[in-house]
Amino acid sequence: MAHVDDPLILGGREFQSRFILGSGKYSMALIEAAVQQAGAQIITLAVRRANSADGESILDHIPEGVTLLPNTSGARNAEEAIRIARLARELGCGDFVKIEIMRDSKYLLPDNAETLRATEALANEGFVVLPYMMPDLNYARDLVNAGAAAVMPLAAPIGSNKGLAAREFIQILIDEVDAPIIVDAGIGRPSQACEAMEMGAAAIMANTALATAGDLPLMADAFRKAIEAGRQAYLSGLGRVLVRGAAASDPLTGFLR
Amino acid sequence: MSGSEAARENIAERFLFDSPHLGPAALERKHRVEQDPSVRADIMEYLPDMDQVDPTIRNRVVAEIDAYDPDAYTAADVRRALSHDTCTVEDFKALLSPAAAPFLEQMAQKARLETRKHFGNTVYIFTPLYIANYCENYCVYCGFNCYNDIRRIQLNTEQIEREMKVIADSGIEEVLLLTGESPKKSNLEYIGEACKLARKYFRNVGLEVYPMNVEDYRYLRECGADYVTVFQESYDRNVYEQLHLLGRKRIWPYRFEAQERALMGGMRGVGFSALLGLAEFRHDALATGLHAYLLQRKYPHAEISLSCPRLRPIVNNDTINPLDVHEQQLCQVLCAYRIFLPFAGIVVSSRETARFRNGIVKIAATKVSAGVSTGIGDHEEKYHGTSSDADAEGDEQFEIADARSLQQMYAELEEGGMQPVLNDYVYV
Repeated sequence: MAHVDDPLILGGREFQSRFILGSGKYSMALIEAAVQQAGAQIITLAVRRANSADGESILDHIPEGVTLLPNTSGARNAEEAIRIARLARELGCGDFVKIEIMRDSKYLLPDNAETLRATEALANEGFVVLPYMMPDLNYARDLVNAGAAAVMPLAAPIGSNKGLAAREFIQILIDEVDAPIIVDAGIGRPSQACEAMEMGAAAIMANTALATAGDLPLMADAFRKAIEAGRQAYLSGLGRVLVRGAAASDPLTGFLR
Repeated sequence: MSGSEAARENIAERFLFDSPHLGPAALERKHRVEQDPSVRADIMEYLPDMDQVDPTIRNRVVAEIDAYDPDAYTAADVRRALSHDTCTVEDFKALLSPAAAPFLEQMAQKARLETRKHFGNTVYIFTPLYIANYCENYCVYCGFNCYNDIRRIQLNTEQIEREMKVIADSGIEEVLLLTGESPKKSNLEYIGEACKLARKYFRNVGLEVYPMNVEDYRYLRECGADYVTVFQESYDRNVYEQLHLLGRKRIWPYRFEAQERALMGGMRGVGFSALLGLAEFRHDALATGLHAYLLQRKYPHAEISLSCPRLRPIVNNDTINPLDVHEQQLCQVLCAYRIFLPFAGIVVSSRETARFRNGIVKIAATKVSAGVSTGIGDHEEKYHGTSSDADAEGDEQFEIADARSLQQMYAELEEGGMQPVLNDYVYV
């Protein structure tokens, strides 16, 4: 297939890759595979880990040319998320920030109301804000109106590898919201990533699916291919599905003259 | 977009006629504005008192219709559109194209499925109530136009109330108030008083009056109206310019943005329409659907509805017709509307026959009018054959094609397996 110029645009920056590495499980090997085999140009970074005093910092492992996406994991409300975002900027992580606010330590489900408050405040401070959220249309619209550069709905509980459990709701966001929809959390297999991209998702964020694979570089490569294939299918326009079923014997348009 | 230059020059020709009662000065003014485009106002130039809103939606609609080539779509595009769960803008364009004509029955089947999913088998019934027919615009195809010699009247409060009583007694619960477009005669206060009266007699009050500013809509909403319908007539600016020669209605963008201003003023819902038969109907249908679609995206709480009027004969000109928009084409447009906007209300008025309306409610339409008069002050006569004041009647805007009363409409809808609904709404 001829190469189509189809960049992902976030906060005025262009990215060729539509795979974003999440921050759940970090290792040198994971970062290396994500960048080299999966083609990631954006890597998430948990500020609470980067800020650790115990010797090595993840920041030291981020390759040149990769955009850092610091997240606010650990924040329980908007104020904490705002403080973490400001700290990330001072640490030299740039203007991108992924907002994660959880008030639930069991399932780690995002709090949309607090996320909206943090998004509004940080967008006003000039951050490129990428909020992680429960796929809810009203909140998605409010987030974009508050200045979010994209919306990041979860596909399934984080770390669960359960795939597109929220498929119908994510599709609604893709159809209705005028901003990139980045599917985050729960994507466990390349086929699920591919399906989300076919639906029209702008990008995929994953971590656990790679981190827990038997052969990390091989799985990273599979994710890259799956995401590219899904994107191409979306751009090309999916073909029709033949539906078998009897046509009505009494035509509906018989009354026309 | 609508054919050769020669055809463009003659767009208004088929509508023009001179009333015998016009004086020489009026006739001269009329002919000058008909013949000399240079004396006509710029349709894109707002008047000083007109609110302006963000033009993003208007620009997008204009760009889409300017780029639309209905003949570029193929049967494969139509099949693909019919197979999709969600109808994209491209799919909508394919469904409106000539290539979709052989698929009309499949479109109807899919449209019915969508209608049933969103509305079940309900059909809402309303009636229009014209309270005045004065008009300051010269729209060459309209019976109310300022150069047409018709009986003009504006009902006073007492007369309006008598009309409302007659209509309400027939069982109607939703009313659509109409005036000609004369802000001087039918000013804001007059319309507001009519809304307050209507709230006494009806559960649901809609307005189809001249476009106004945000604060005016806010006032009318307080008076009891909750739904605003404005027909754009045509989205083709070239055609629009040649058919709307005088008056505030000539300002095309101000009319386009009426629905948005109504929503900004707190109205619950808005209606859209092109008058099919004025310009190339596929472009106008595309624009109507996109206009509604984009505005609903911007105001997700808004209820939206589409109407699909075709040109009808008027008093003093019985030759007016909708040209190439036959029932087949109208049905195609309505199916495309339904598939593209499954959640939108679709109104089919008494401009269409009982046969057509009985058929289309099973496919796409969700609202019909009954007990209709497009004249002024004549409900008593039309409903009961008696008239307490025959002098207080004004001529019709156009001839209707379906004169069924509410009772007849209700019974025939039920016979057809539909569920007539008079109101499902509460004003809050």
